[in-house]
Amino acid sequence: MNHPASNGRARPQGAPDGSASRPYQRETDEFVPGSNEWPDDLSRREFLRLAGATLALAGLNSCTKQPLETIVPYVKQPEIVIPGKPLRFATASQFGGFGQGLLVTAYEGRPTKIEGNPTHPASLGATTVWSQADVLDLYDPDRAQTVTTGGAIKTVSDFWDALNLAIEPLKQNGGAAFRILSEPISSPTLLAQLDRVLQSFPAARWAIWDPLNRDTIAGAEVICDFTKAKVVVAFDSDFLYAHPYALRNARDVANRRRVIEPHGAGMNRFYAAEPTPTITGSNADHRIAVAARDVLPLAQTIAAELGIGVATPRNIENADWIAAVVRDLNASRGESVVIAGETQPPELHALVAQMNAMLGNMGNTVAATPALSLPGSQIAFGDLVEEMQRSAVELLVIFGGNPRYDAPADFNFADAFNKVKLRVHHSVYFNETSRHSHWHVPATHFLESWSDTRAFDGSVSIVQPLIEPMYVGVSAHEILEAVTERSPRSAYEILRSHWSGPEPAPDFEAKWRRALSDGVVTEFQPPSFAGAGQSIAPAPSATPLEKRQRSEARGSQLEILFRPDVSVRDGRYANNGWLQELPRRFSSLTWDNAALISPELAKAAGLNNGDVVELTFRDRKLRAPLWIQPGQAKHSVTLPLGYGREIVGGVGRNVGFNAYALRTSDSLWFADDLTIHKTADRHWLVTTQHHHDVTGRGILHDGTLDEFLADPHYAQKPEELPPLGYTLYDPSEYPYKGYKWGMVVDLNVCIGCHACTIACQAENNIPVVGKQQVGVHREMHWIRVSTFYSGTEENPRITHQPVPCMHCENAPCELVCPVAATAHDNEGLNLQIYNRCVGTRYCSNNCPYKVRRFNFLEYNGRLSPSEKLVKNPDVTVRSRGVMEKCTYCIQRINAARITAELDQRKIRDGEIVPACAQVCPVEAITFGNMNDPRSRLMRLKRSPLNYWMLGELNTQPRTSYLAKLRNVNAELVRSD
Amino acid sequence: MNAPDQSPLTSNFSPSQSPLGYPTNLLAPGQTYETVNATIADVPLKPAPGPWWVGFIIASLLLLMFLVAVTWLFIKGVGIWGVNVPVAWGFAIVNFVWWVGIAHAGTFISAILLLLFQPWRTAINRFTEAMTLFAVCCAGLMPLLHLGRPWVFYWLLPYPDTMRLWPQFRSPLVWDVFAVGTYFTISLLFWYLGLVPDLATVRDRAKKLWQKKLYGFFALGWRNSAAHWQRHQIAYLLLAGLATPLVLSVHSVVSFDFAVAIVPGWHSTIFPPYFVAGAIYSGFAMALNIIIPVRKIYHLEHLITGRYLNNMANIMLVTGMIVAYGYFIEAFMAWYSGDIFEIYMMMNRAFGPYGWVFWLLMLCNVLVPQALWSARIRRNALLLFVVALFINVGMWIERFVIVISSLNRDYSPSTWAMFYPTKWDWMTLFGSVGLFLTLLFLFIKFLPMISISETRELVAEPEKATTP
Amino acid sequence: MAQLFPKSANVHARVIIVSIVVLACGAGWATSMIYWSPYTTEVDVPLQQPIPFSHKHHVTDDGIDCRYCHTSVEKSSFAGIPSTETCMTCHSQLWTDAPILASVRESLATGRPLKWTRVNDLPDYVYFNHSVHVSKGIGCSECHGRIDQMPLTHKAQTLYMRWCLDCHEAPQKYIRPRDKVFDAAWQSPPNQLQQGKELIREYHVDTSGRLTNCSACHR
Repeated sequence: MNHPASNGRARPQGAPDGSASRPYQRETDEFVPGSNEWPDDLSRREFLRLAGATLALAGLNSCTKQPLETIVPYVKQPEIVIPGKPLRFATASQFGGFGQGLLVTAYEGRPTKIEGNPTHPASLGATTVWSQADVLDLYDPDRAQTVTTGGAIKTVSDFWDALNLAIEPLKQNGGAAFRILSEPISSPTLLAQLDRVLQSFPAARWAIWDPLNRDTIAGAEVICDFTKAKVVVAFDSDFLYAHPYALRNARDVANRRRVIEPHGAGMNRFYAAEPTPTITGSNADHRIAVAARDVLPLAQTIAAELGIGVATPRNIENADWIAAVVRDLNASRGESVVIAGETQPPELHALVAQMNAMLGNMGNTVAATPALSLPGSQIAFGDLVEEMQRSAVELLVIFGGNPRYDAPADFNFADAFNKVKLRVHHSVYFNETSRHSHWHVPATHFLESWSDTRAFDGSVSIVQPLIEPMYVGVSAHEILEAVTERSPRSAYEILRSHWSGPEPAPDFEAKWRRALSDGVVTEFQPPSFAGAGQSIAPAPSATPLEKRQRSEARGSQLEILFRPDVSVRDGRYANNGWLQELPRRFSSLTWDNAALISPELAKAAGLNNGDVVELTFRDRKLRAPLWIQPGQAKHSVTLPLGYGREIVGGVGRNVGFNAYALRTSDSLWFADDLTIHKTADRHWLVTTQHHHDVTGRGILHDGTLDEFLADPHYAQKPEELPPLGYTLYDPSEYPYKGYKWGMVVDLNVCIGCHACTIACQAENNIPVVGKQQVGVHREMHWIRVSTFYSGTEENPRITHQPVPCMHCENAPCELVCPVAATAHDNEGLNLQIYNRCVGTRYCSNNCPYKVRRFNFLEYNGRLSPSEKLVKNPDVTVRSRGVMEKCTYCIQRINAARITAELDQRKIRDGEIVPACAQVCPVEAITFGNMNDPRSRLMRLKRSPLNYWMLGELNTQPRTSYLAKLRNVNAELVRSD
Repeated sequence: MNAPDQSPLTSNFSPSQSPLGYPTNLLAPGQTYETVNATIADVPLKPAPGPWWVGFIIASLLLLMFLVAVTWLFIKGVGIWGVNVPVAWGFAIVNFVWWVGIAHAGTFISAILLLLFQPWRTAINRFTEAMTLFAVCCAGLMPLLHLGRPWVFYWLLPYPDTMRLWPQFRSPLVWDVFAVGTYFTISLLFWYLGLVPDLATVRDRAKKLWQKKLYGFFALGWRNSAAHWQRHQIAYLLLAGLATPLVLSVHSVVSFDFAVAIVPGWHSTIFPPYFVAGAIYSGFAMALNIIIPVRKIYHLEHLITGRYLNNMANIMLVTGMIVAYGYFIEAFMAWYSGDIFEIYMMMNRAFGPYGWVFWLLMLCNVLVPQALWSARIRRNALLLFVVALFINVGMWIERFVIVISSLNRDYSPSTWAMFYPTKWDWMTLFGSVGLFLTLLFLFIKFLPMISISETRELVAEPEKATTP
Repeated sequence: MAQLFPKSANVHARVIIVSIVVLACGAGWATSMIYWSPYTTEVDVPLQQPIPFSHKHHVTDDGIDCRYCHTSVEKSSFAGIPSTETCMTCHSQLWTDAPILASVRESLATGRPLKWTRVNDLPDYVYFNHSVHVSKGIGCSECHGRIDQMPLTHKAQTLYMRWCLDCHEAPQKYIRPRDKVFDAAWQSPPNQLQQGKELIREYHVDTSGRLTNCSACHR
């Protein structure tokens, strides 16, 4: 009698708990929203039948017998496959046009989990939240599944014919009316193919459009070595999170901040100036909130102080911060990094380059990125649109992206697009652009087809598929080939022939295989082509000088900021349930975006969270709900991009507002002259965390490096702990003779990226519950990342704290369970046995850490067949009415144990890596055996920074924390 | 009320007022065996009066609503309620504790007053015992509905299963199963044993054969012989002896559900006594809420005299003071402990988002009952009814405060969240009231609602009926 | 006044009282009987299969080793069901046109796999691993019974948790030398308990009690 209550993927429509982002009125709807709809699949007759059953005490289905199951063996079994054992393959994905090395786990040819590739320099074994979520996209039933033209289903060969038909006439004038639009491309093979196409059509042109482009940096793109940097100064740069090299940056910065012993303890000092809180800023020792328009003047002042001849603007705030920065920079020449974000104008990047140069960082800590040679005959996106307006474009082939949704509003791309004679769109999802194209060709997911890609640091990887295309899928390689050749070869042949060259070297096969297994090509270079060489910097969207000089005068004017969303980025992940439900940083919002405003502004204008305001910018209007964000620059309003998608799957529909509607080509990232006024409406914003203040409880221990050096054990002081083994029960009941699992979370290096949360979700089959359920506090994440503010509301100190199950030795949850469904094991794991749980929820009440999650409804009820494929076969899929929680990834523990047993040895230190620890870019989470004094874990547990969360409750957790340290500048403490 | 003869049995000479202004009569003047038999035993034999039908129909409609709510619950799961993490316990538990509490008056009156030879139990014990049974039925259902997987509820019972697993006896929830189970069994036996002689009376007065047979069957062939009486009395006393400790044990065990947990606001040693007091408090309140209207509808004023109401009011006053003291001590200990979690809990309870509920509780359970100091109010059935109503609501609110406002902000601030009941929560609450009333109305219609035999004793021993 | 009930009513009363007690006990007994009967456990009940495959014939008559078909039993949690190719290695030579094997040949021809019905089917929340049991000296026949004597394959044990615990608590009762693991006819020697203890030491079987932890099988 399980009528699925909430569709696992939380389609806003359909499900009883449906209709996401419906304006929420507490006064009219005092009930859990959606708790009162009648399910579409329940007839009145059925209800009465069940009512009868209820009388006879419903659901004695515990008596029913197991259904018959079938075993389906292979017809021909592949050698490498051992049924029941997963295989791992190296591959790579794209992030803003740059490669990310991955290792993907597959069961019987079914990829279920994506991990980072330890040998890949841009990954080092970690991944971004997006890489974790990619595997969900692979199985998304809302993906484009067939070639379509005007809604009609066609075959791929139909498309080839249509393409050839369209191309023939263009050949006369060298393809003067032929244009190609793509996202940033770094695939050597694809670029070579593109070059070939452009050669054969001399008059043809190609353009790149990426709504999150890094054009402002253009040539000045640098790669920083933070391991050598004593001082880091970031100007509105999120280089720890939203950056193609973020994983590596984060690891390097963390390694300069990791403190375990007082002896030889050192940390870099990290300054950040930014208009809206970012992961990067929240980790700075000294962060100041300045309007985006004031960042350049700020940098200029610092530059001037450093002795670079620039006009210094008058009356700049934060004088003491500037002084401190200058002092520290001067003190550590050649050992510092100054970095600016792509959201700042080229002037700043030029200036930053000068600063790095004169500080002697160039060559030491900062180096230019290897230039990527692109084919010639490239034009700027703006020019392309202008051509389209003139109806000068007859054939436009768009690879990926979604320009009709995310092109700058002032281009009015929509009608320019409609003037193109034949429009072809090639993308994984059928989106706004596809809807208005003549042909839409489903692209293969990167786990489905062959390609290659190039990372931020220039290292190249082969992208190898793990699964046959689930639906009709074509790769960009094949389409580009189809432009010149009549019938394209398969992506694999294209790629291989490109790498091997016309006559393959004798040892090519060996090298090729090694490249595949390593995931990075080391032994040979991708053959280069006679391209135009250096990349072409498109016309920079610069803010003219006179504007800037007026900036102080307009200090009180509102400034609009456009930022990629931390979850859905530019909107490409809008249909990904994991990312939609992943709490946004700081605000903990889910299933929505909101205009972020500063507390001061909120007070001044009498605004509250959830108020819907009308934003007016350059005569364009947009209604958006508000969120008050501590740490936001006083007069800056942040609009996260990527929401309000219209042509999108069931998950992303009606979620958030579309900030692109206001975004113009000269205000890609920020601009002045925003006006907002309050409307009567309210919007129901749901968050997973309402209170950001620890209220002085023994949950979070933090301090400064100086305090630590003065008294290494200060972090263990605050609460008095009861003596060990202080219990009513027989201590010899659990001697923990064998392994004794434990975990340490190093708050000092944790950057709060939430990768652990989503990695855990992917590993442990954690369901997505949808906005309504999150709204009534039923999110299921096993490891949450709590964000705590301290200090002033205007510019608080921000601390992130990942909280998994503590696996207490005196677990309060255990002794209250009437059926012993949560119990201890001999290695000290606190277990939750789903199939024994009757769902009294007593354990959750009694858990002081509130890490237990309950299946209030059938969250896995309505999975489509393809969605079931993403589930990890080694973890039980929980059904309605049972409690669940972090298990320290017991499936991985048992797997490692069995391997060890089979070759008759002990489990090695570091052999077991829980999903959260594996994904962590900064190695903040360490798991291991507490009975092994030489283990990495115990080295950390012996640190004087090691403390127990709420230790005074005598729960004796196995999970402990290393206290958070800040390397504050003594002169700044007053103002901090 | 015209007495058929002037036999010495009639008790029409006693002063109806004590010097202190208490009503003293347990029995209105002019009662004879015959009048007593007639007034009580004829109710089941005569067609039900109009008011009964009105009440019964309303009650059964509520019961229907309960059935709908429960069916829906089994279809979709506890997610239809407002429960969440951190507030994982909601109305189901609140209702459970409330009903168990109400169940207490019965045993208290029957057992303890019997052992203390308090004659003023005579006219009300049958009633309150019935109430006890029905309240326990409602209470027993609640934990079942509360379960995430109700169809495996039997895992809480110890039996040799195919998994070779047993319940975890450290858990108070398992204790509950036994406590409530025992309580129900004893109460049932006690109630039925008391009924036997009266069933015989009804049997003998019945005109229709099927009535004779029906009541005769349940009268177990009672013939009023001395031997019968002698055994009956012994058994009755024994059961009373068994039931007395239960009055204290059951609600103590229920309070362990909270006291054993480490949640601030639950983890407190005062809980057992103050839960028991609260239970008797609400039990008597509920008894009054039912007896007063029934007494009016069936014109039983001469059997259930003001003396009863007065005494019950006194008990409520006493237990009410104990409960008030409990509230005070909780607050005091929170401050005295110096424990930041306890202190915060108390502040949150009184001034947090659920603060208004707390002050409503103070009004209902502490302020209003002070009216009972006045004898005039104690003697005024209507006012007494109102006060009792306040107390019943108050006792439900008390459990709400304990369960919800302790859970919604416990140790870990980053997980604090509010609880809002859904309409399904309310339907379950009022539906269970429907179940309770339906059973009660059936009892009134088909069984002697006052102990005939014991009332006859009062007629036989007038001095007992008029002790001031 | 006339008697309401005949004299026999007294007897009836007694009978009813007694029978209530009897029925209560009987009900409990019946339930447990049902739970342990082949109706529920499906022990010794052969299931419908696409081909009436006989382990008896292949193991006893042909003397084929378990691992020839169940290839991954020593490497993986899953023992492995032979691919159609595996069947055809022999049956491309033997019984090449036996009607009984039509579906196998068809499977190879069409590439459509055979669909066998699971005989030993554990619930999805139980994670059993063949390889570790085999390597620790638990023989096939301990769970699968005299598979070599089964013309049609059927369950040999209830696979109830109670039954699992039986061995997990005292492996010495069932453990056997590694070289005897695939010997279906193996009989435990008279000194099994003492030999078992030695084998436990030799094979490093965990006797700390971890084997009876929930986490040993449930995740």
